[in-house]
Amino acid sequence: MDRLKLSFFRSSRSKLSGDFIFEAVVGLFALGILILAFLLFRELFIESGLSRKTFGLSFLFTSTWDPVNEIFGALPFIFGTLVSSFLALLIAVPFSLGIAIYLSELAPEKLRTPLSFIIELLAAIPSVIIGLWGIFILAPFIRDYLAPPLSTYLGFLPLFQGPMYGLSMLTGGVILAIMVIPITSSVSREVIMTVPTHQREAALALGATGWETTRIAVLPYSRSGIFGAVILGFGRAIGETMAVTMVIGNSPRISESLFSPSYTMASVIANEFVEATSKLYVSSLIEIGFLLLVISVIINVAARILVWKLLKVEGGKVA
Amino acid sequence: MKWNKRKIIDRVMSTLTAACVVIAIIPLLSILYTVTINGISAVSLDFLTQIPRPVGEAGGGLGNAIEGTFIVVGIACLIGLPVGILSGVYLSEYGQNRFGRFVSFVADVLTGTPSIVAGMFGYTFIVLYFGSFSAIAGGVALSVLMIPIVTRTTEESLRLVPGSIKEASLALGIPKWKTTFYIVLSTARSGIITGALLSIARISGETAPLLFTSFGNMFWANGLDKPISTMPVQIYTYAITPFPDWHAKAWAGALVLIILILVLNIGVRFVTRRKYGV
Repeated sequence: MDRLKLSFFRSSRSKLSGDFIFEAVVGLFALGILILAFLLFRELFIESGLSRKTFGLSFLFTSTWDPVNEIFGALPFIFGTLVSSFLALLIAVPFSLGIAIYLSELAPEKLRTPLSFIIELLAAIPSVIIGLWGIFILAPFIRDYLAPPLSTYLGFLPLFQGPMYGLSMLTGGVILAIMVIPITSSVSREVIMTVPTHQREAALALGATGWETTRIAVLPYSRSGIFGAVILGFGRAIGETMAVTMVIGNSPRISESLFSPSYTMASVIANEFVEATSKLYVSSLIEIGFLLLVISVIINVAARILVWKLLKVEGGKVA
Repeated sequence: MKWNKRKIIDRVMSTLTAACVVIAIIPLLSILYTVTINGISAVSLDFLTQIPRPVGEAGGGLGNAIEGTFIVVGIACLIGLPVGILSGVYLSEYGQNRFGRFVSFVADVLTGTPSIVAGMFGYTFIVLYFGSFSAIAGGVALSVLMIPIVTRTTEESLRLVPGSIKEASLALGIPKWKTTFYIVLSTARSGIITGALLSIARISGETAPLLFTSFGNMFWANGLDKPISTMPVQIYTYAITPFPDWHAKAWAGALVLIILILVLNIGVRFVTRRKYGV
């Protein structure tokens, strides 16, 4: 009897403490994620201090990048990142939407899963390999087959003037578009699939065709989520490093023409960080990295809020 | 007439959207094709087992880079898998509060961290501290990318475990931690493994975080605190040189890397499909 009582107490006590310890341990690891995020910011913020003190806000608006005389302005890189990313979205968004619509609404049932798997496989290809392909296949292709007609028919625009060497803003934008399509299309597709089925059935019952159903009943529902998907794609494009670095030409000049080489924030870090000799040089590069981090966090927060709301509320219902 | 026009528009839109899919697949096929064609001729046993030779000297390989990739990814896994999986356990089993939701959100936002920024973190956090490029710094940088992915996939696969299973275990008097550890985790095992393998596939191909953390090395690895060669960085180094012989090596390296990553991706697909019949 005594024994039984004892063991009962013992087991109940260890049960309690076991639960407590387990929750505390996994909780600490979860806290670790917050600490990681904090450290990420703190490290880059502190290490970029010298550059921020020296150049202040003018760092963002100066286009001189002169390591010899230690004058650093990030404008050419900010310009290159923004323009190449916008160019990428300009190309990728229509395609991604088309893919998302086809794979969630219009494609034969049997094709949907394998096709979306293939599209997502594109996201699994390492960026350095896409860059390798970009140097030897895409850049010559754009130089020989895409640039000549552009300059012939649209040459009156400053965008398509000047000589084309292959490694250019245009090539960078196209390669980014290729890398953005998988994420934008798969998130859009997920968002579109959360549209309640009765919404579609209502349109179909009124005699709408497949496309009309999509246009009237599905797309208006998922507008904000698709917008979120586009922003996520933008985030991907801004942070992408290797493939762009390999094809954009790496020249810190601001040019109107998409045919001339350019430089992005991520590329300048990738190219120059190891060779940066002075403290100010390193600090300036880290400030560019810090900017990149801040921009990507803002973009991701915005996108998650837009996409989450939909996937959370509607997702529960559909399942 | 009107009916016809609508029907035609429907057809046209179906075709156009299908064309989008086809066009998006072309780069993928082109990449796989060119990597295979250009890489296959340079891949040999020597290529897989020897270290690089200087320019102009024939032969040599990426043996050390392959070894280095396994080491650096291994370090990243040692850090990233426990942190990611246990955080995921917390978020799904105990995280139904403000703190849990916040962590989940932060993890989600962290999945968008630019890879070059992760590299910079590895540099300021580890390289500056120890005063040298190292395999460890590379592993830490990669784990920054890995942790949020593993956390979120673990959380999601644990949420799929039916409540009835947990309740059955709890009703038998098994404490919650044992239930979580032995019942919930093992039910969700294949989902967690899938997430882990996909994150490994993702980081194995990352170059940017390694450029100034693990750096590079033309010889076999000689310590975790020393610079180490990795496949992605070696491919990059070879690709941007003007030497055709090194270009061939870059393609061959790309072929090896892509096979590794595709095997992980497609393998995971098949394993999970068989299990759930999706």
